[in-house]
Amino acid sequence: MDVKTGAAPSVTLLVPVGSLGAGVRADEVRYGLEQGADVIASDAGSTDSGAAYLALGMSKNNREAVKRDLQILMAAQAEKGIPLLIGSCGQAGGDAGVDWTRDIAVEVARELNLKPRIALLYSEQSKEVLKRKNAEGKIRALSVLGPMTDEMIDSCEHIVAAMGPEPYIAALEAGADIVLGGRTTDTAVLAAVPLMRGAPTGLAWHAGKIGECGGQCTVNPTAGAGVLIRIGADSFDVEPLSQNNHCAPDSVSAHMLYENSDPFLLYEPGGVLNVKQARYAQLDPRSVRVTGSEWQTMPYTMKLEGAAAGPFQTVMLVGIEQPDVLANLDEFHDKFLAALNARVASTIGAAAGDYHISLRFYGWNAVSGQRPPPGTPAPREVGVLFVATAATQEMATDIAKACNPWFFHFPLKMGTELPSYGFAFSPADIERGRVYEFVLNHVVETDDPMELVRTEWVDLSQDHQSAEGQTA
Amino acid sequence: MTTLQQVCRHIRSKNAGPFWVTIDFFFDGKDNFDRYHASDAIGPQAFAAAYGIDAAMVKHYPVPDLNVLKVSYPRATVQGGVVERDMHSGQQYVRLLGIELT
Repeated sequence: MDVKTGAAPSVTLLVPVGSLGAGVRADEVRYGLEQGADVIASDAGSTDSGAAYLALGMSKNNREAVKRDLQILMAAQAEKGIPLLIGSCGQAGGDAGVDWTRDIAVEVARELNLKPRIALLYSEQSKEVLKRKNAEGKIRALSVLGPMTDEMIDSCEHIVAAMGPEPYIAALEAGADIVLGGRTTDTAVLAAVPLMRGAPTGLAWHAGKIGECGGQCTVNPTAGAGVLIRIGADSFDVEPLSQNNHCAPDSVSAHMLYENSDPFLLYEPGGVLNVKQARYAQLDPRSVRVTGSEWQTMPYTMKLEGAAAGPFQTVMLVGIEQPDVLANLDEFHDKFLAALNARVASTIGAAAGDYHISLRFYGWNAVSGQRPPPGTPAPREVGVLFVATAATQEMATDIAKACNPWFFHFPLKMGTELPSYGFAFSPADIERGRVYEFVLNHVVETDDPMELVRTEWVDLSQDHQSAEGQTA
Repeated sequence: MTTLQQVCRHIRSKNAGPFWVTIDFFFDGKDNFDRYHASDAIGPQAFAAAYGIDAAMVKHYPVPDLNVLKVSYPRATVQGGVVERDMHSGQQYVRLLGIELT
């Protein structure tokens, strides 16, 4: 019982890590369980690392790291009989990511002789359904891109809709011990159980936002992986799971800024979190108390994310230490690029199609692409990354091979002995695959939060196959 | 002469989804926040010039409780495209450090 408000904490949320596979710590989870955690929840990805993961159905994290985290979390789930929720499985949260995570979870269950009922939530969308929704006027563009077209939908390799908390709540009400979800807003997977248990809506969503990156909202995010959040009747309290860390009002409130374009409003399925009136106060040396979070209900929408595959790239890398080049890098860049394009024209010609060559001088201006101001001292060396982009992998590599002699030997001044720059590899050209881009920035209205979600089950409660059984 | 770097204790940039970049300026103390956060030197035109974008799309959000100015703008090129140089936009703030404030 808290003396200031008279309200007893009602739901305790254990967020073990900012992203599944990033490194759950067993001692931190133990502490959270001892504090009476009611649920363990984490996301496993986001759009942050690029569209390639959605387009390819590939995880960013390695399988062993995800398995190790699931071993700790699934053992904790079974020990206490509390729900374990994972959102955005496999980084992008496409169907392939859910299936990939499901297979790891089943393997862990059998190795640890656990018998959970696992619900799988799929939110990948068929192009036909989205075209119909668009024709019905149910798809709306967010600020940057224009209206949805059939062509935009068709250009995507995979499209997901970001789920809210409702599918998780439905799965838990239907008896799930573990819920593995496809693409879900980071906040929703954390807010699900607090909302299901009747926590105030604004507090539940705000707690979800603060906890979404685990220890990121603490004073020292490198000191631990997770946080514990107690959500009461009119406030929530957040503390690190690590004993060597603490939360401060600034560390918690600053997290509302993180990866969010508006520091006060967060649009979610079915409403908007408004923290303009929120207050953050030190509760004890480890914890911060948050009050004043508000939720405004809006028509239910789900954000769409679609990844399109573009042209192909082949890259090469040389290192240059030669002082005459380093003293004239911008002049060298322009002559170099012109010579390489001339070389493509003379050797491949029109067959090269709509190709593109980029030279990036690491150690000079590769990251910004902007010219350094006059008088900038010459660097000690530069790494020159050559990027050829073309319609096919074969053509991108052909372009790289055509450029190879000049890329290796191009001098600052013609008529001098040809230099030889430092290739790092042989063969020099590396086929990098396709360019992937997110091409949708839209929301879809749904009649019901479950309309675009499919739930499947893996019920291991009657499973007789144990680790021993597998090896017998 | 006062630069942005001198009056902020921390500055960071990051993608806010694939289409937007957001930059957080943590001013060093209330006095610096009050004096500089609305400076034209870090107004919409400055961002338009630094990132090759439309000034009308640049959004400024002062957060006085934290002495923070948050500025969000749409990426000039979509994340991960042919000419991508900073996938997570984590280095985009650096070109602003030397901006002179008035």
